[in-house]
Amino acid sequence: MLHIAVCIKQVPDSREMRIDPKTNTLIRQGAPAIVNYFDLRGLEAALQLKDEFGARVTVLTMGPPSADKAIKECIAMGADEGILVSDRGFAGADTLATSYVVGQTIDKAGEVWGPVDLVFCGKQTIDGDTGQVGPGVACRLDYEQLTYVEKVESFDPNTREIVVHRHLEDGVERVQAKLPALITALAEMNKPRRASLPGVLRAARYQPIVWTTNDFTDLDRSKIGLRGSPTVVGRSWVPEQKPVNTKILTGDTVNQVAEDLFTALFATELPGKLGWVQEG
Amino acid sequence: MAEEKKSRPAVGLQPEGDVDWSQYRGILVVVEQRDGVAKKVSWQLLGEARRMADKLQAPLMALVLGHQVGHLVKEAFAYGADQVFLSDAPILQDYRTRSYSRVCLQVIREYKPEIVLIGATYTGRDLAGAIATHVPTGLTADCTQLDVDENRLLNATRPAFSEKMVATILCKQFKPQMATARPGVFAALPRDDARSGQVIEIPPQIEESEIGTRVLEFIQERQGINLEDAEVIVAGGRGVGSPEGFRLLQELADVLGGVVGATRPVVEAGWIGHEHQVGQTGSTVRPKLYIAAGISGAVQHVVGMQHSDYIVAINKDPEAPIFSGAHYGIVGDLFEVIPALITAAKARKTTHVS
Ligand SMILES: Cc1cc2nc3c(=O)[nH]c(=O)nc-3n(C[C@H](O)[C@H](O)[C@H](O)COP(=O)(O)OP(=O)(O)OC[C@H]3O[C@@H](n4cnc5c(N)ncnc54)[C@H](O)[C@@H]3O)c2cc1C
Ligand SMILES: Nc1ncnc2c1ncn2[C@@H]1O[C@H](COP(=O)(O)O)[C@@H](O)[C@H]1O
Repeated sequence: MLHIAVCIKQVPDSREMRIDPKTNTLIRQGAPAIVNYFDLRGLEAALQLKDEFGARVTVLTMGPPSADKAIKECIAMGADEGILVSDRGFAGADTLATSYVVGQTIDKAGEVWGPVDLVFCGKQTIDGDTGQVGPGVACRLDYEQLTYVEKVESFDPNTREIVVHRHLEDGVERVQAKLPALITALAEMNKPRRASLPGVLRAARYQPIVWTTNDFTDLDRSKIGLRGSPTVVGRSWVPEQKPVNTKILTGDTVNQVAEDLFTALFATELPGKLGWVQEG
Repeated sequence: MAEEKKSRPAVGLQPEGDVDWSQYRGILVVVEQRDGVAKKVSWQLLGEARRMADKLQAPLMALVLGHQVGHLVKEAFAYGADQVFLSDAPILQDYRTRSYSRVCLQVIREYKPEIVLIGATYTGRDLAGAIATHVPTGLTADCTQLDVDENRLLNATRPAFSEKMVATILCKQFKPQMATARPGVFAALPRDDARSGQVIEIPPQIEESEIGTRVLEFIQERQGINLEDAEVIVAGGRGVGSPEGFRLLQELADVLGGVVGATRPVVEAGWIGHEHQVGQTGSTVRPKLYIAAGISGAVQHVVGMQHSDYIVAINKDPEAPIFSGAHYGIVGDLFEVIPALITAAKARKTTHVS
């Protein structure tokens, strides 16, 4: 049977994140944790393939113990199994170290439930926001890499070929790939389903499978966590808010206001830059 | 299973253990193109890299790769490169991660740049993520500032946490130090066709049989909606009320020579396509003029448009947060204001005439 792995990450809901005005650091506490928006698209795509062709769907995340909530949410939607890779040793990972551990986890999941044919990742996380983990995992697994996918056009279980639409700045690319492959999902791809009642019941009882560093047989400890991360934060700061001098346009009529706006805009460098011409 | 792992190409093409990093010198910019036309971001990166290469007193290299792209070599020199690598072969006709990353790795291994810069386009991010993993080295995504310090370290500065913070990322122990940077952040140098330099041909060391993907076709976007490159965006939110309301915005966008943007709820409601969404989970845009109509100004929207040169907000709620970041605010009903703007714009002939 087709085995699909879905990489998810629990992220703080950025609406709720505040900056501490005294220390200029981020207050994460109190920000509710959600499953990264794009990762749910990946899960939905996996579940659609499962509905159509039959598949085993394994979700996995590297994160703190509290990420088990994210796993349960995916189980409620219809994932078969959820793995939480959690250990102090993994902490402080940048994208290179994360992709190493995620790759190892997919390998290990393959040993347990059969080789993974297809991996879904999100386009990017809303906290890390790099989009680098997906390509990193594809590279480590030596899978075909299909990023920024907005649609799975077709899948042929016999030839093991998948056709996807990759969204680029100037258009859409239709790409065919042989499995195994890794896809990173865009928001356009689908609308994640709601959890079903049986799903919710299963999730309530479900205990995510937890793997620590000791559960991996040939984990190279120089490649994980802080030690395996080539990048470090040199300095971080809260950007100076350019104080915007908002000018509220008040005129007697909307036509007057519209005129005032264009008079103001024509007094800037915009017309020159935009090639606007002024008559008369 | 263990055997299968061994049969995979080794990740980490560099020798493990002690490496003489001092051999690594110069900055390499990977030039992105489609059908022989270079993406602007490539020349913008060359412009910024020129300044850093001069500071490092090291060469600025450009890698042009594709099929029938030889003419871009001259352009790369004109925009600041000292040395150009050219990999021109039918196998590179379409961008595919395996073939393009292989060529980049060939150049990195042989010519050892200390810094590699790639445009943060969809293709560029796809490529950079693969290369950095193979090397292996550190990669910083979507930089908005780049500099080098007295230790020859690349200071790659990028927004973090929904642009609430900014962080400078360093890669101290690996080379090359890699970064991607968004289009429109840096300025290209004025084109100087008198410049030239050494051209080195790089034959791609990859066979078609090694590549499991095939590009079937490229469909140029129908509406030509390209938010990231747009100079004028007229964006609408829930206040626009309906799909028909967006036709009104489209009309204003047409008169101003711009495109239409949208907030997430209206995209989710199906009033307009996903490709129009601006914000954290949509596009990050930097137009010269951004008109926000019927948009409240939630942070997830604002992070995607706050770097616009001029922001005009139209909202009937004078307390709407969108006003606080706007240069010009109009408190009113957009269904009255937008038609008035269309009339005023038409009278002034704002549509781009070139
Ligand atoms: C993880 C996550 C990611 C998100 N990503 C994004 C994203 O990428 N982009 C995005 O936009 N949002 C995003 N959101 C949603 C965001 O939080 C807001 O919900 C959204 O931006 C609000 O959209 P809006 O301004 O259109 O709607 P509302 O907040 O409902 O605002 C509508 C506004 O229209 C005004 N109005 C109504 N009628 C009129 C009229 N006739 N004339 C003038 N004004 C009128 C109202 O006064 C109001 O201010 C995200 C949310 C989450 C949780
Ligand atoms: N800790 C993690 N565990 C599992 N998957 C992850 C993790 N971090 C990132 N990913 C996956 O990689 C994608 C890109 O993340 P990023 O590179 O951080 O933007 C996410 O959408 C996830 O699918």
